[in-house]
Amino acid sequence: MAQIVIKSLRKEFGAFTAVQSSSFTIEDGEFFMLLGPSGCGKTTTLRMIAGLELPTAGEIFIDGAEVSQKPVSQRDIAFVFQMFALYPHMNVRKNISYPLVSQGMKRDQVRAKVNEVAEILGITSILEKPVGGLSGGDRQRVALGRAIVRDPACFLMDEPLGALDAEFREHMALELRALHDRMRATTVYVTHDQLEAMQMGDKIVVMNHGVVEQFGRPQEIYDWPATTFVARFIGSPAMNLLNFDGMVGNGSTQVTLSDAAIKIPPMISGASGPLTLGVRPEHIRLDDAAPLKARIRAAEYLGTTQIITLDTPYGPVKARIASTQAATIGDTTGLAFDARSITLFDPTGHALISEANQKVLSHG
Amino acid sequence: MSYSITEPSSRQKWIAGGLVIAYAILTLLPLAWIIATGFKTPADAIAYPPKVLFTPSLEGYVNLFTSRSRVTPEDLAALGPPSTWYDSIVRQYGMVITGASRYGERFLNSIIIGFGSTFLSVFLGTIAAYAFSRFKVPLKDDLLFFILSTRMMPPIAVAIPIFLMYRQLGLSDTHLGMILLYTAVNLSLSVWLLKGFIDEIPIEYEEAALIDGYTRFQAFYKVVLPQAATGIASTAIFCLIFAWNEYAFAVLLTSGTAQTAPPFIPTIIGAGGKDWPAVAAGATLFLLPIMVFTILLRKHLLRGITFGAVRK
Repeated sequence: MAQIVIKSLRKEFGAFTAVQSSSFTIEDGEFFMLLGPSGCGKTTTLRMIAGLELPTAGEIFIDGAEVSQKPVSQRDIAFVFQMFALYPHMNVRKNISYPLVSQGMKRDQVRAKVNEVAEILGITSILEKPVGGLSGGDRQRVALGRAIVRDPACFLMDEPLGALDAEFREHMALELRALHDRMRATTVYVTHDQLEAMQMGDKIVVMNHGVVEQFGRPQEIYDWPATTFVARFIGSPAMNLLNFDGMVGNGSTQVTLSDAAIKIPPMISGASGPLTLGVRPEHIRLDDAAPLKARIRAAEYLGTTQIITLDTPYGPVKARIASTQAATIGDTTGLAFDARSITLFDPTGHALISEANQKVLSHG
Repeated sequence: MSYSITEPSSRQKWIAGGLVIAYAILTLLPLAWIIATGFKTPADAIAYPPKVLFTPSLEGYVNLFTSRSRVTPEDLAALGPPSTWYDSIVRQYGMVITGASRYGERFLNSIIIGFGSTFLSVFLGTIAAYAFSRFKVPLKDDLLFFILSTRMMPPIAVAIPIFLMYRQLGLSDTHLGMILLYTAVNLSLSVWLLKGFIDEIPIEYEEAALIDGYTRFQAFYKVVLPQAATGIASTAIFCLIFAWNEYAFAVLLTSGTAQTAPPFIPTIIGAGGKDWPAVAAGATLFLLPIMVFTILLRKHLLRGITFGAVRK
């Protein structure tokens, strides 16, 4: 269908810069997530791909053609809005037919095509109903129907599940992903929900303040965050970040926190000063023999695992351990980190390259 | 906000119903009196105490639509028996019909000027409101304030300048002149009302239409206009009511060709005695178009008044 290449894309609204020089590539057939907190520029980026906003600078290629200044109608894209934006004065069938009618398709062809799409989405029974009385899920299906009926080069979705209640979101997320797997159409999906992004996406771009923080597969981003922002934003609970003063250089294999030596993956780049050590809760073990001491403050039971909050000289740290392991609040214990999974961040918050994360972070 | 949603008791319903009926009687009584007077004879119309029950007569309507002249009984007898029912009504008073009155023309003028200016106000108002609502217009707030400021004094305050301007421009006593004048007065109302309505229409509808392959203009008239129908209808009613009922400018600027019904109706009084039934008949007919228009659009009007009160 289509590959989308974003090159140094920039958008300013007066004095405010919504997107600053973003670059990334969306491969043909990918389910691609634009992830970030509200106001990070993800929706603006999506709207620029659609043509609803024109970029201040930069280029957008859809299937090799530069489209950044072209009108929406010439881009062959479909857009699913957060509030669905179904035309309220038309019934379901007319809503889905609308993009075909604008192309001047013949009536019986439109009918057949709409029936086919309704079949795929399981909305055949509501085709003749007005959109006003539909449930959130059905409205979402109709909005999807309007998008897929045209066989566009790509789908752009702006938080399409945002208006649904929690229970139904998960169901629709699975449905959406299944639909994508069947159609294999390039999809760009905006969300602020990191779980949704991890669950559905082939690739994720994490944005913050208009800047692309990291771009990669969910697993890569989760395991090897490129910045402290990504480390904090992805994962629930988030990655533990311990600030300390120290120095690492090429070949370093340990750092010192409170006189305790912590093993780290062999470093390739180096830095000194106020550094940050990042470790995921599931990579921490409670081990009375470990030299870094901490006091257990709280425990949250989550079924097979529990989240333990511990007080350390570096602030609270969360550890995910098996529920079967006893943890008494108020006790002092030691923290042992899985040396292979630690990320160090330099004073500006960017990850230092080690032998463990170089494969993920070296591509940019 | 939270509202009590308990069903009102039957006593509450009775009280509410009673109040509504009382209010309806209060406001409809003058209307009923006017309609009744139109069907009275001149003697019944000024009878004291006022007659509630009377024998209906079409005299008022006949007098409204005809001009008559008094003839001597000998001439009347020489004319032979009256040929039509309205002839016989007139002859009871020793008069004969000499031709049609000007009421029909004046009424037609009212329709041309009233609906013409309403159409123009709503048309210009809609496109202006759309632009103010959707586009980055330089000095938008100042322009909107300026448009509103034309409402800050009674229009009649500028009657003399307008009178002089119209005389100079040759717009006095023309349909075009009156349409332009009423449009100018109504435009601020229609821009502001319609901007409110269009602001409430999510911009996503138009964006969806753009994505679906329509041009900006197609998106406007295929998606925005149907959505704004309620607002357009209620704005049209407000504009029409003003233009239809306007009296002061009509008296000042029209006397013949473009005279509307409001300044014409009082002239009936002067012609041959105080003919109240004819005045009442003229007023009754004059009420009808607005009544029909409002009833046709009342669903929109009600929704228009409460528009924006309920957030979805």
